[in-house]
Amino acid sequence: MAEEKKLFKVTIDNITVEVEPGTSILNAARQIGGDVTPPAMCYYSKLKGSGGKCRTCLVEVAAGSTADPRPMPKLVASCRTNVMDGMIVKNITSEKVQDARAGVVEFLLINHPLDCPICDQAGECHLQDLSYEHGKEGTRFEFAKRTFKKHDLGPYIQLHMTRCILCYRCVFVAEQLTNKRVHGVLDRGDHAEIATYIEKALDNDFIGNVIDVCPVGALTDKTFRFKNRVWFTKPVNASCKCDKCSGKVHLWMRGDEVLRVTARKDQWGEVEEWICNTCRFERKDIKDWTIEGPVNVNRHSVISQGHYVGLKMPDETFSKVMNGRQPKLLMDIHSVSEVNKPNVNLAAIPGPAHSTDFDTKTGK
Amino acid sequence: MQSLTQRAKSVDRSPLSWLEKIYVWNIFKGMLITFGHIFKKKATIQYPEQTRPFSPVFRGLHVLNRDEEGRERCTACGLCAVACPAEAITMEAAERLPGEEKLYREEKYAARYEINMLRCIFCGLCEEACPKDAIYLSETFAPANFSRKSFIYGKPDLLIPDPVTKPEEFKEAKGLIEKKKKSKS
Repeated sequence: MAEEKKLFKVTIDNITVEVEPGTSILNAARQIGGDVTPPAMCYYSKLKGSGGKCRTCLVEVAAGSTADPRPMPKLVASCRTNVMDGMIVKNITSEKVQDARAGVVEFLLINHPLDCPICDQAGECHLQDLSYEHGKEGTRFEFAKRTFKKHDLGPYIQLHMTRCILCYRCVFVAEQLTNKRVHGVLDRGDHAEIATYIEKALDNDFIGNVIDVCPVGALTDKTFRFKNRVWFTKPVNASCKCDKCSGKVHLWMRGDEVLRVTARKDQWGEVEEWICNTCRFERKDIKDWTIEGPVNVNRHSVISQGHYVGLKMPDETFSKVMNGRQPKLLMDIHSVSEVNKPNVNLAAIPGPAHSTDFDTKTGK
Repeated sequence: MQSLTQRAKSVDRSPLSWLEKIYVWNIFKGMLITFGHIFKKKATIQYPEQTRPFSPVFRGLHVLNRDEEGRERCTACGLCAVACPAEAITMEAAERLPGEEKLYREEKYAARYEINMLRCIFCGLCEEACPKDAIYLSETFAPANFSRKSFIYGKPDLLIPDPVTKPEEFKEAKGLIEKKKKSKS
């Protein structure tokens, strides 16, 4: 007898959805989608054991279940709380949740340096989005923020420990994707930091994925470091034949330069398929990739500032008007610009550009 | 026909009087107005020598600012470029090398920074967007030029002189000693 699975009925913000037993409130809300989904800074559906650290996904449970309809006394972390049948959850409809979340964001930002102008993650940073959503982009914290000794994580991954919010996602990536984890969280409390205990480069084939899972700019791509702002690059779907990974990636391009390669991300900002280091760091040539088309960018994202979809280059009308005669003198000013020179390939520079890469051209 | 505005005046079509018919009288009346202007205050100014005062909110040519120690403030965050409605600003960033701390304020700086003054509409949104107080619109306008190519202003054109190494030029750029210099020359 095929046993029919009993589905749990949950109501989140007055929207009822039927989910399988054992689903967390966050995942039930993600099934509904849209605004009712609590934000998550540490939970990652593709990483086992993640969640429960950042507290941004707090929700109010107004009724525990049909059997026991008492409300839960405190706000609960929705990524770690499983649904019960007849549970009523309040997320955006609850004043308490919004207030608590704003407080959580402010606490996350206490030790987070507000150096978004320098940070490469700006524009696609979840913490940045979250703080602006809750109006906490400023800070009331007047004391010295915590600082750390600099750790070098090798030629590919740049660690900015001051920006870390200790979500542990990168630790889970190293634990679950690679066979030997060499980095982790050292020390406790205010001193807790992501590091390799003995100075060691992260060099596993899939370790580059820690960059994608990092919700803030603590782990960034050294090959993309300071090359361009995220919103001036255009993301395209691309694929390649890779023997290690699926080869399905987003390329972040400027013209024909591939400035950055990341894994494809879904609507929750989570990686769809992990990609290997070769794809991420080595294949910075347009010839390595098959371009499938532009990435669908959310209209509200700053990345959509680059209006590259349906871009129409204006025709040169001169020869049409002048019966096929070419102009004798073109007032072309584009040859003057020092920026984006066709003979300088930023993507070819392995790390961030320095004054040594530039001064031959500017003649300073 | 009903007039659309209050200012419309109907043309006087009454027959001319004798004085108006001899015509010289009207010429004389007109010349009187012309000569009267000789004694009035001049509306024109002798431009290159004299300039009109700008209002303090005038938005003119951009200046890339430095801090008190002479370090460049701009970190190439790109907010001015994304705020620019005319898309006149472009830049390329670079990382500060050890030993360049006196040149650049932050770890990252604009290695190249360009404003296309032909595209710029001097709206001042870049100034508003700048989180680092790095770009300001000054009280001068872009001087005329014979070629379009010279309207692409790069970093050497935009940066304010270093207040530490070139205090005189810095003060002049700030407009603090500008008047003194002008009267001397």
